[in-house]
Amino acid sequence: MDIFLQQLVNGLVLGSIYALVALGYTMVYGILELINFAHGEVTMIGAMVALTVIGALLGAAPDLPGVLVVLAGILVAIPACMALAFTIEKIAYRPLRKAPRLAPLITAIGVSIILQNLAMLIWGRQYVSFPAILPTRKYEFLGANISLLQIAIVVLALAVMAGLWLLVEKTRLGRAMRATAQSREVAELMGVNVDRVISATFIIGAAIAAIAGVMVSAYYGLAHYYMGFMLGLKAFSAAVLGGIGNIAGAMLGGLLLGVIEALGAGYIGDLTGGFLGSHYQDVFAFFVLIGVLVFRPSGLLGERVATRA
Amino acid sequence: MNLVLESLHRRPRLVAILLAVLLAALPFLMGFGLGNAWLRVLDFVLLYVLLAIGLNIVVGYAGLLDLGYIAFYALGAYLYAWLASPHFGLHLPFWAVLPIGAAFAGLFGVLLGAPTLRLRGDYLAIVTLGFGEIIRIFMNNLNAPFNLTNGPQGMNLIDPVSVAGFSFGRPLHVFGLTLPPTYFHYYLFLAFTLLAIFVAWRLQDSRIGRAWGAIREDEVAAAAMGINTRNLKLLAFAMGATFGGLAGGLFAAFQGFISPESFTLWESILVLCMIVLGGMGNIPGVVLGAVLLTMIPEALRYLGDLQRATLGQVVVDPADLRMLLFGVALVAMMLFRPAGLLPSRQRRREFAAEEGLAEQVQANLYDTRN
Amino acid sequence: MALLSVDNVSKRFGGINALEAVSLTVEAGEIYGLIGPNGAGKTTLFNCMTGLYTVTSGAVRLEGAEVQALKPHQIVKRGFARTFQNIRLFANMTALENVMVGRHARTRANVLGAVLRCRKTRAEETGIRDRAHELLRYVGLAGKGRTLASHLAYGDQRRLEIARALATEPKLLALDEPVAGMNPNERQQMGELFRKLREGGVTLLLIEHDVKLVMGLCDRVAVLDYGRKIAEGPAEAVRNDPAVIAAYLGGEA
Repeated sequence: MDIFLQQLVNGLVLGSIYALVALGYTMVYGILELINFAHGEVTMIGAMVALTVIGALLGAAPDLPGVLVVLAGILVAIPACMALAFTIEKIAYRPLRKAPRLAPLITAIGVSIILQNLAMLIWGRQYVSFPAILPTRKYEFLGANISLLQIAIVVLALAVMAGLWLLVEKTRLGRAMRATAQSREVAELMGVNVDRVISATFIIGAAIAAIAGVMVSAYYGLAHYYMGFMLGLKAFSAAVLGGIGNIAGAMLGGLLLGVIEALGAGYIGDLTGGFLGSHYQDVFAFFVLIGVLVFRPSGLLGERVATRA
Repeated sequence: MNLVLESLHRRPRLVAILLAVLLAALPFLMGFGLGNAWLRVLDFVLLYVLLAIGLNIVVGYAGLLDLGYIAFYALGAYLYAWLASPHFGLHLPFWAVLPIGAAFAGLFGVLLGAPTLRLRGDYLAIVTLGFGEIIRIFMNNLNAPFNLTNGPQGMNLIDPVSVAGFSFGRPLHVFGLTLPPTYFHYYLFLAFTLLAIFVAWRLQDSRIGRAWGAIREDEVAAAAMGINTRNLKLLAFAMGATFGGLAGGLFAAFQGFISPESFTLWESILVLCMIVLGGMGNIPGVVLGAVLLTMIPEALRYLGDLQRATLGQVVVDPADLRMLLFGVALVAMMLFRPAGLLPSRQRRREFAAEEGLAEQVQANLYDTRN
Repeated sequence: MALLSVDNVSKRFGGINALEAVSLTVEAGEIYGLIGPNGAGKTTLFNCMTGLYTVTSGAVRLEGAEVQALKPHQIVKRGFARTFQNIRLFANMTALENVMVGRHARTRANVLGAVLRCRKTRAEETGIRDRAHELLRYVGLAGKGRTLASHLAYGDQRRLEIARALATEPKLLALDEPVAGMNPNERQQMGELFRKLREGGVTLLLIEHDVKLVMGLCDRVAVLDYGRKIAEGPAEAVRNDPAVIAAYLGGEA
């Protein structure tokens, strides 16, 4: 029972991070029907930028409280990622908006490759460590260990999700985003500046990704130019699980995937009689993805598709 | 130059003979001209051409985006290693193992394709990507509880190719020359590659090729015209997988050693790039793409030497640059020339008289309505 | 036995009843019209009959055998072909290639045949090509075989769709608004083509809005409104049916 609760906690924390990244995928897909392969890399860049700032601040003023330093890192990473996403959309995706779906997909792969390798050139091939400046208090709850950091991640993630929900449901921009996702042409006819809405979608997704990137690197204690790839794939799987294009679905899918992964990694040894070990953790996301797409392509919260092609 | 091309166009048989002579003499030209290292590169070029032709059937003919193609390459390679190395103590002959490996990969193609090919383009891309990664992760971890793949260390001491008693594992001394094994592999790979090109070429202009084209253009209309879209997509997918498995077996025998590192996602993307950049769906374009993308990175190594010569040290490692340039090339191609360097000539032939339609051709070339 | 019999077919999309208990029969050799205001469910019915949609309930029978659960290509094999309201040609293939694709269901060459090109396959290919040329001539597109489908004039595209459907050797051909967007002259020519098709032994099922064309061409007509059949019978009778008039013009409040 101990391991169950512990893994559940771990899963929820991991899942919160997945949920944040998944939001970026699902929003862009909802509006453009494009899988933004580069989104994972944007998250990675957020982590890298933040770590650079954190490192610089620590070098200049080593006595600053850890939380403030991290906060400063986040506050720099957010606009950096926003600018990056805006540029990517404008240069690489916008010209291909009328093109058949294969072209922007390949472009997205290209952008992802570019970002990864630029990061490698800038920050090197080695891991960049996250300085141990955050408080490390642990609490115990029903036999499971929960760290202050874990609590902070979950709380912050929930706050961000709530903020996004408010934006999408209650603001004018949010209404425009929902309208554009439903039908781009009609939204345009109704006076919505579709280009701006699409840019906004990318930018918001990137801002959230920046936060998620810092969370990941804080949680694992390091960042790496390659970390965006797996994270992105898993977050996309989460978005599909919840129902691609559906914001609540991305949140639900993220949490669910995190829990599945954590429980799976924890129990897989027992389940398979020692045949498979926890280093198979990564495949869970893929199996979930394939399973969802084959058996229920609309995801948990998506609409059922009635026709047969 | 145009005059030369014109006169060549009118004499296909002459072109064929010239080409045959060039292909037959090429290893000697390269081996004695540029050195044995380049001959090895040439062998890899042929392997990649084989892979690209296979993927072209899936992506270019049937319009199915496969981002995990290298998994079939891996399956063929590992099967070869299982049947012809000290690992299990099996040493089956080359001519038996190769087709088994190809069939093994083809079987996985069917297993993967059956539930997933009905998915829409981008979803299929992600699923195949996931499959590719799953295969790699399993290959990387199946060294416990029993050792199937030797994990990250890979499998070595794979039997070299042996044809009619003649082993490719040792150099040949003839006419006072010493020919290293790379020569024999060249002709072997060339034979298979030409066979693959022949098969793909014949398929293109056939009832099946037309049906694939119809599915690519408009799957619903194709079904409404009597085409069993599910079976045909599965056929394309399985054929591509079989070609991949064949290439994998050849690779294992050639290199004598395989490890999961050779079968990463980037390899899948690399082969896809060859098709996209070269000219999707068009055999000469695909071959060109494979040749370019295998040789250019090798040529880029000279950048390192150049930097050392001029700047005294290597400022930017060309290996790092390679992937970056790929990314840039992908984006640039999609923005400016989405049909590739050598788009399908078939389209050009039809309206040679009209102009200004090339843009439209480019734009429509892989219009896949949902 | 009727060639086609639609038996209480209903189709629901989420909360919307697109079709409700629609029944009709089409006899061999007739030209049958399906009319009704926009949104009445005519194309939905076509899609249900040809396997593109699954019916929510009811049955569709072709020559007595139930086909509503079959896949589209299986229905084509049984002799039921269709054209589309929004012209779905293979845009980047030539007119000839489009029609050649239509021959797929009636030919057999597989991978082995394609690669080896033995005499049987070559003969089949020649047969496909010849038949495609013949069909192009039949619909009035002789000489346009090498033009890309997307480059054809609108009227020619409609003819091409018909040629492609004819290549599948249908007993029953369903045409979805085949003369939409054409001028009266073109419509008359298409009408001639339809009569020619009927004389050639193909039964026609037609969705159309052009009342004059329908009245002059169709033996019998069914009228759909809001997913229900509100009238069926000889053209003249249906035309004067008060329910039909009300549906088209709006009934009295």
